[in-house]
Amino acid sequence: MEEVRNFLRKHAEGDLLPWKHQAFASTHFGLSIGQVERIALELGLLPSRYQRNRNMLNVTHQLRLFRGHVAVIGCGGLGGYVIEQLARLGVGRITAVDPDVFEEHNLNRQLYSSPSLLGQPKAEAARKRVAEINPAVTVYAHKCAYSKTNGGDIIQDADVVVDALDNIKIRLDLAETCAELDVPLVHGAIGGWYGQVCTQYPGEDTLRKIYNRALGAKGVESGLGNPSFTPAVIASLEVAEVCKILVNLGRPLSRRKLHVNLFDMEIIELQY
Amino acid sequence: MKVTVKLFATFRIGRFGEMTKEYDAGTTVGDVLNELSLPLDEIGATLINHRHVEEDHQLQDGDTLSIFPLVGGG
Repeated sequence: MEEVRNFLRKHAEGDLLPWKHQAFASTHFGLSIGQVERIALELGLLPSRYQRNRNMLNVTHQLRLFRGHVAVIGCGGLGGYVIEQLARLGVGRITAVDPDVFEEHNLNRQLYSSPSLLGQPKAEAARKRVAEINPAVTVYAHKCAYSKTNGGDIIQDADVVVDALDNIKIRLDLAETCAELDVPLVHGAIGGWYGQVCTQYPGEDTLRKIYNRALGAKGVESGLGNPSFTPAVIASLEVAEVCKILVNLGRPLSRRKLHVNLFDMEIIELQY
Repeated sequence: MKVTVKLFATFRIGRFGEMTKEYDAGTTVGDVLNELSLPLDEIGATLINHRHVEEDHQLQDGDTLSIFPLVGGG
């Protein structure tokens, strides 16, 4: 291992590790790209791909992100953008859960959908995409529906869970499991021009307050559908929350929900 | 007593964005939802002065009641 460290130190440019040396070290020493990334970050070397994360995140923050494990429940409109941004941010492990395959009506908004992938599983498409854009990141893809039964197994090792579901009842099940396992849950939901984001920490019950009147109901999305831009906006807000939670920076949306109205361009904070 | 009601997103369609009117003492959030024909299972949030309240909450003079529709897609 000292040999690897010496190689990385020798080929660093300042404290940046260029991709070509990270890739060479992986092949030469028989390590995964992720293993090389971890060793580099532990040495205080920043893989060059993250240099524009600075100075909002330093090498220590980047190492925390790399050691982080985020479970994304749902790989559709929200989930695709969430996974893309987590991978580019440098989160080391992502669990991607979705029971569905891509259908034609997904093509207007779901980042990983394309005509050639119609009929292909969404979770697996997410895994393949992340392997292309950031091979240091490990994606555990599960083609299954999240439920109370499998929920504990899916999220027990996660540091943060992201709600990218499209079903209110399953959201409440997810919130309950996260509460039981003491895992923070970042919630996002969309409908037409509208969306919302909040973070539920252990001990809080914001999701129940939001949805307890509407068990089994559908929101405004059932009448309005979802365009290309609303999932991207809400997913980005969710990832900002995940980033802050993993590195312990900023002020997350604890007991607060943002209601985003892209029709009138209003963002309103609600307190719970 | 005077209460300002603000509607958000799709609830504005065919109704209004913001209106201040007189209500009887003891009027609850649920009474206002009924008056506006807003079914409970379409409600995403009811707030008094930006803070979450349930339907049985009684309005006070000068309150602002904000009502948001349910959003549940992904």
